[in-house]
Amino acid sequence: MSVTYNFGFMDEHAKKEVRRSILKAISIPGYQVPYSSREMPMGRGFGTGGLQITLSLIGADETLKVIDQGSDDSVNAVNLRQFVELTCPGVNTTTHLNEATLIQSRHRIPEVPLTPNQTLVLQVPYPDPLVVVEPSEDKRKVMHGEADYARLLVKLYEDIVKFDEITISHRYPTRINGHYVIDPSPIPRWDVPKLHNSPALILFGAGREKKIYAVPPHTKAEPLAFDDVPFRVESFNDAQGNRRPCERCGATDSFLDEYINEDGSKRYQCSDSDYCDTVLAETKEAANA
Amino acid sequence: MRKILEVRNLSKIYGKGCPRCIESTGPEADTNMCPHCGSVVAIHDVSFDLHEGEILGLMGESGSGKSTVVKNLYFDQTPTSGSARFIEEDAKHEMFNLNAAQQRRLRNQRFGMVYQNPHLGLNFGISSGGNIAERLLMSDVSHYGEIRERAKELLSRTEVLLSRMDESPAAFSGGMQQRVQIAKALATNPPLLYLDEVTTGLDLSVQARILDLILEIQQERNTAMIVVTHDLGVIRLLTGRALVMKYGRVIESGLTDQILEDPQHAYTQRLVASAL
Ligand SMILES: [Zn+2]
Repeated sequence: MSVTYNFGFMDEHAKKEVRRSILKAISIPGYQVPYSSREMPMGRGFGTGGLQITLSLIGADETLKVIDQGSDDSVNAVNLRQFVELTCPGVNTTTHLNEATLIQSRHRIPEVPLTPNQTLVLQVPYPDPLVVVEPSEDKRKVMHGEADYARLLVKLYEDIVKFDEITISHRYPTRINGHYVIDPSPIPRWDVPKLHNSPALILFGAGREKKIYAVPPHTKAEPLAFDDVPFRVESFNDAQGNRRPCERCGATDSFLDEYINEDGSKRYQCSDSDYCDTVLAETKEAANA
Repeated sequence: MRKILEVRNLSKIYGKGCPRCIESTGPEADTNMCPHCGSVVAIHDVSFDLHEGEILGLMGESGSGKSTVVKNLYFDQTPTSGSARFIEEDAKHEMFNLNAAQQRRLRNQRFGMVYQNPHLGLNFGISSGGNIAERLLMSDVSHYGEIRERAKELLSRTEVLLSRMDESPAAFSGGMQQRVQIAKALATNPPLLYLDEVTTGLDLSVQARILDLILEIQQERNTAMIVVTHDLGVIRLLTGRALVMKYGRVIESGLTDQILEDPQHAYTQRLVASAL
């Protein structure tokens, strides 16, 4: 039995509609453009929003990289990559950032800066940063339209009162091009500055919530903060104040995941597996030279 | 004294209305509901002026429309017809011709509101200080230290214990919640404050202290206020002028002392007599 799919699984009409929404999203940076999210052969919440963007943009000349939890080898990343390989004959896939033209990710933006030839697609579970302060979608739309984000700042105020610092670890509310505030997907604070003036186009797809938004290249992206309590990325310093290195490759400039060893001690390693491999290979090369 | 508010022919009808609504409602008709179409004429043809630092009372029983007046002036509702002009030193605003963002600016920065029900004026999901922070953040103060300082000043001015400023107002007594509401309303130092039955339901001793606080604030800041109440004691203590309302209409207006000493309208006479 053989089943034939259209290239990219989605029909051309559906892909065109997604591309139209993408164009609108690029034209109004940070604005959540509604689109009619299609049923995909996997549960919503497994990156269907990002996948629909990827499938609508991908052509035979593209090279795709899929990352989940910073890794190309996680089950989710492998499934999505295989799905694209199956439904988009002729498309190349890779795990190396420098070979990729299209990158789909969820929890991370790669450590190595993106280039103007690359497009990053982020899968987003909850597109609207205002949902934590306002349950009514109609009211949220008005608030976005008027750039009324005082209540998000109140959340930050309460955070500082309770913990002496802003403790939001993921989905840090970020103002795009001086107006719309976005939820930048479950990326850590570490990755938020990479949105700012990025040379690459960054697209966000929320399948369940049926929204697409964008940070176009060279666009301002400012995390919400107070004048006297600025935004800060995570610190990877040890108790002595020294920057922890990755225990695998030795890098001291990457976002580290923390693992607990069997004896209860902690181990730190790059979250971006491709970056870790690259640094490790370079270190070996240098040692052999 | 400079005039800051000019309200003319303000009307609010709930329902689609019909040509006979006006003639069929009001004190003479003894109802605010139109018998022909079922619409409620909450207020009709309300006009008054308010000057800097003045406290004006809106008195009447429930259903008189007194709360509807301030809800419209605070943009909680949109009037059916009529106008209101808010006059600042350097600008005049035709309040009901402004767009939503301009109305929001007036509401957040130039007006303050204290509701009878603290749930309407306060967010119980955040701390008392956070409630004040919200209002400051809405008027673009973006310095944490400054917000914190101003919240402390306001709460100590309204006699809320600073040791409790980081607690939710949900944990506070009714009187304390009103003090937090007043502090929040004052956060942007607005020239105009609306007070809607702010002491109703509180113990008499608590009421007296809050009324004192309101008078002190009016004297310190020269804040103009519109006080909505059914309580003649509140009218007598706070206001210099008053409007008496019944079924959506103003039936008597003038200096508070005169209204209370020598009421002209039979309805006002009954109100005053029953309060003695
Ligand atoms: Zn590493």
